[in-house]
Amino acid sequence: MNLNIILQYVFSGITVGSIYAVIAIGFNIIYNTTGIINFAQGEFVMLGGMIAFSFCKVMPLYLAIILAVIITGIIGSLLELIFIRHLKKPSVLQMIVITIGLSIILREIALHVWDEQVRALPFFTGNETSSVNILGANISPQVLWVIGITSLIVIGLTLFFKYTIIGQAMRACSENRNAAGLCGINTKAMVNISFILSAGIGALAGCVVSPLTQTTYDMGTDLAIKGFTVAILGGLGNSSAAVAAGIILGLIEAFSVSIFPSAFQDVITIGILLTILFIRPQGIFRSKQFAALKEF
Amino acid sequence: MNKENLKAVSVLFTIILLTPLITSLLDVNFYLTQLTMSIYYAIVSIGLCMLMGYAGQISMGQAAFFSIGGYTTAVLTTINLIEYKGSFLINLLMKLRVLVLDKNVYDNDVLFFSPWVTFFFAIVFALIISFVIGIPVLKLKGHYLAMATMGFGIIIYKIVKGTKILGQADGISAVPLFKILPFLSIDGDISNRIENFYFAGFILLLGLIILINLINSRVGRALRSLHGSEEASNSMGINTSKYKLYVFMLGAVFASIGGFFLTHYNGGIGPSEAGVMKSVRYVAIVAVGGMANIWGTLIFGILLNFLSLRGVFGSLDDAVFGAILILVMIFAPDGLIKKRFLDALIVKCKIIIKKIQLKLNKEGN
Repeated sequence: MNLNIILQYVFSGITVGSIYAVIAIGFNIIYNTTGIINFAQGEFVMLGGMIAFSFCKVMPLYLAIILAVIITGIIGSLLELIFIRHLKKPSVLQMIVITIGLSIILREIALHVWDEQVRALPFFTGNETSSVNILGANISPQVLWVIGITSLIVIGLTLFFKYTIIGQAMRACSENRNAAGLCGINTKAMVNISFILSAGIGALAGCVVSPLTQTTYDMGTDLAIKGFTVAILGGLGNSSAAVAAGIILGLIEAFSVSIFPSAFQDVITIGILLTILFIRPQGIFRSKQFAALKEF
Repeated sequence: MNKENLKAVSVLFTIILLTPLITSLLDVNFYLTQLTMSIYYAIVSIGLCMLMGYAGQISMGQAAFFSIGGYTTAVLTTINLIEYKGSFLINLLMKLRVLVLDKNVYDNDVLFFSPWVTFFFAIVFALIISFVIGIPVLKLKGHYLAMATMGFGIIIYKIVKGTKILGQADGISAVPLFKILPFLSIDGDISNRIENFYFAGFILLLGLIILINLINSRVGRALRSLHGSEEASNSMGINTSKYKLYVFMLGAVFASIGGFFLTHYNGGIGPSEAGVMKSVRYVAIVAVGGMANIWGTLIFGILLNFLSLRGVFGSLDDAVFGAILILVMIFAPDGLIKKRFLDALIVKCKIIIKKIQLKLNKEGN
């Protein structure tokens, strides 16, 4: 392998990895405020791509994407309002089963609204053949869009959680929900906002990656399990570590193609997930002490 | 087995005995085929019911064990060892009846493993794989356990879909029939429909009796205490990790047996049997049956699979199962066939009837 090809693999790894990282952050946001792993997270990505595709025929692309993000956010909010809010002390088993049910319903609705066809948004700049030369590697400008927008998402979220009052309230909820409630924080609203946020960023990720990887109605499960792998790799609830973990997983996947047949690519990812769950369920960046305090 | 269960088992026995009579009276004998298939699927569900309901551990990878059973027999009975015929080992195995010689549809000689042997292999593989996977996986709880078992299921699905010897996306077809007795062979032939239905019923009863005895034994009590609180049962001296592993392996064997017989019955198996959606279905059936309720699981296992196989749900097949999951978990987390639920329903009906009566009386006056 010469340097150019390696660089090519690195870029494709970072592209895929940053999408996984965004999905993992979506998992983390909901997990932090509610303690739920939302199995329907992958479906938000799919919905984002699909809705934007439908709108982009009648309006400029950027408007279609903004609308898709807003609509998916509303869907996320509705899911929380209708299915999750009024559960009294749900058990973990109950929550798993409900969110899996939601993911199936969203997928089936997508199948009936759109269909089984593979769809793709147009490239944001240029087209399929245009490429940018970086250090000798030819990459599509869309790759730069993906990396740029995901970094914007990460930076934006960090600032949001650090400096806005809502973000701080959400962090308070994740520390201790009862105490946050006593301080006058509307914890129910925070849970709802966390669903809106995680649906919205999922949809945005679905839009930027759509020109490269296409959008199909059943892409959600695979994305969800990879996003979860990244979330676990970085340590559940830890969003900045998820970015690093996402890029690591993306790179592993990209390079594994050159060794294993691509049919087994997912096997490697899930193999990593299982290994991490078995030996370091607290994630690769967290200490043993942390693991001792938490139940897995 | 206590009296109540004995009664229930004998009722089930009578129902199974009478079903072919009823279908032939109604002139819907073709229902028997789907009923037989639903029974095999229900066997997987009742195995999972032990794990989910009684031990309180979720498994999102039950379809993987189903396909392990199915693919084991499909591969070993469609393999053709005729070119090795004459070597010492093959001759020995033929003498031991491990290998059987037959003719395929093109009238060529084929030499393959006897289904009796593959039945044994199906169980052993399920045991080994569930043991190896179970030890690390069952240390996890909640979301982690669900994701890990789902991950295992997806791995098996991808392997099945990507491996040439397992037929990739096409699956394996032309699996030979399984001759159990001179007058009984497991295959999809119409003339054997009633015998096959009875055989499936027999296997189901056998499985049920084993499970019922297990539930009402020392092991069953240990499992229920494990569901209640793992820490508490641990402190009472129950080896929880051992029991969890046992029940996981038991569920795997039930799934594998279901897969084995269904593969012979259908004469083939495809990768969709290993898919995540299938695993979700088994979970949905256990949930709607009421988690720790083997009879509820059995009733809904047969009913829902039968309706799905008859195509009642049409293209909404998966959506129906998804909706069931959500609705049951939100409105009746104890399942639909719980005594409490039924009692409440009866009380409500009585109140409504009384109200109507009062209204009628008023109007009469």
